[in-house]
Amino acid sequence: MTFRKYLVLGGVTVFSAVGDCLLARGMREVGGISLFHPAAVILAVLNPWVGMGILLLLAFFAAYVTALSWADLTYVLPATSLGYVLLAIIARFFLHEQVTTTRWLGIVLISAGVGFVASGPALTHHPRAESGECAGSAVSTRAEP
Amino acid sequence: MKSLYAWGAVAAIVLASTTGDVLISRTMKQVGDVGDLWRRRGLLHVVSRVLRNPNFSLGILAMAFAFYSLLFGLSWGDVSLIAPAAASLTFVANAVAAKIFLHERVDHRRWMAALFVAAGVALLAV
Repeated sequence: MTFRKYLVLGGVTVFSAVGDCLLARGMREVGGISLFHPAAVILAVLNPWVGMGILLLLAFFAAYVTALSWADLTYVLPATSLGYVLLAIIARFFLHEQVTTTRWLGIVLISAGVGFVASGPALTHHPRAESGECAGSAVSTRAEP
Repeated sequence: MKSLYAWGAVAAIVLASTTGDVLISRTMKQVGDVGDLWRRRGLLHVVSRVLRNPNFSLGILAMAFAFYSLLFGLSWGDVSLIAPAAASLTFVANAVAAKIFLHERVDHRRWMAALFVAAGVALLAV
C-alpha cells in the first residue's frame, strides 16, 4: 500500500460522509417528497446543498471503483467504514444531533473492525489472474505470502 | 404485515447491493490498477474500458435496484430500522459473496472486521 492508495481510501471515506451530510442538509430544506410525485426529486437537485452532495457522491464513486481496482472488496468496505464515524462526528458538531453512549460504542466497534483489516494484506493473490496484461502487474505488487 | 414488507425490503436491498458490489469489484479487477492504466493510456482509455465491461452496467443496475428498494422500504418502515439493518447485513453478505464469487481470501481478520463493523453500524441506529 502506497501513500497514494491510502489517500484514495481516505477519499472514499470522506466524500461519502460529507456527501451524505450535504444531502441531508439539503433535503431538510427541500422537505418531504411523496413517492407519488417523483418529479419533485428531480427539482431537488436545484438546491445547492443537494447539488454539492451529488457532486461529492460522484467523487466518492470514482474513488470507490479506483480502490476496487487494486484492493479486495472485503478490504475496501471495512477500511472505508470510518465514514460512519465521521458522519456521527459531523452530525454531532455541525448538524447538532445527539450522539448517545450506544452510538459512541458503535463507533468504537467500527474503528476496531477497521483496525482488523488495515493490519492485513489488501489484495488476495490469484495464481491465474482473471484478465491478461493489466491485472498482472497490479496483483504482483501486493501478493500474499 | 407491514413489518413483513419492511423486512422484505431489507432482504431486497442486501441482495441487490451485494450483487452490485461484487459485479463492480469484478469489473475493476478485470480492468486492473486504474492508477497504472491512467498513466500509461490516459483517463479516456480507463473510462471506456470500465464502461465497456458488461459486469459494470449490471452492477450499476443492481445498485439502482437497491436504491429503489430502500425508497420503498422507507415508506413501509422506520428509517432508523431499515437503513442500518440493510447497511449492517450488507457487510456480512459482502464477506460471504466475496469469498464465494470473487474467491477472495476472507481470513479470520476479515470476518472479525465484517462482524465488528456490522455490529457497530447496528448500534449507531439504536
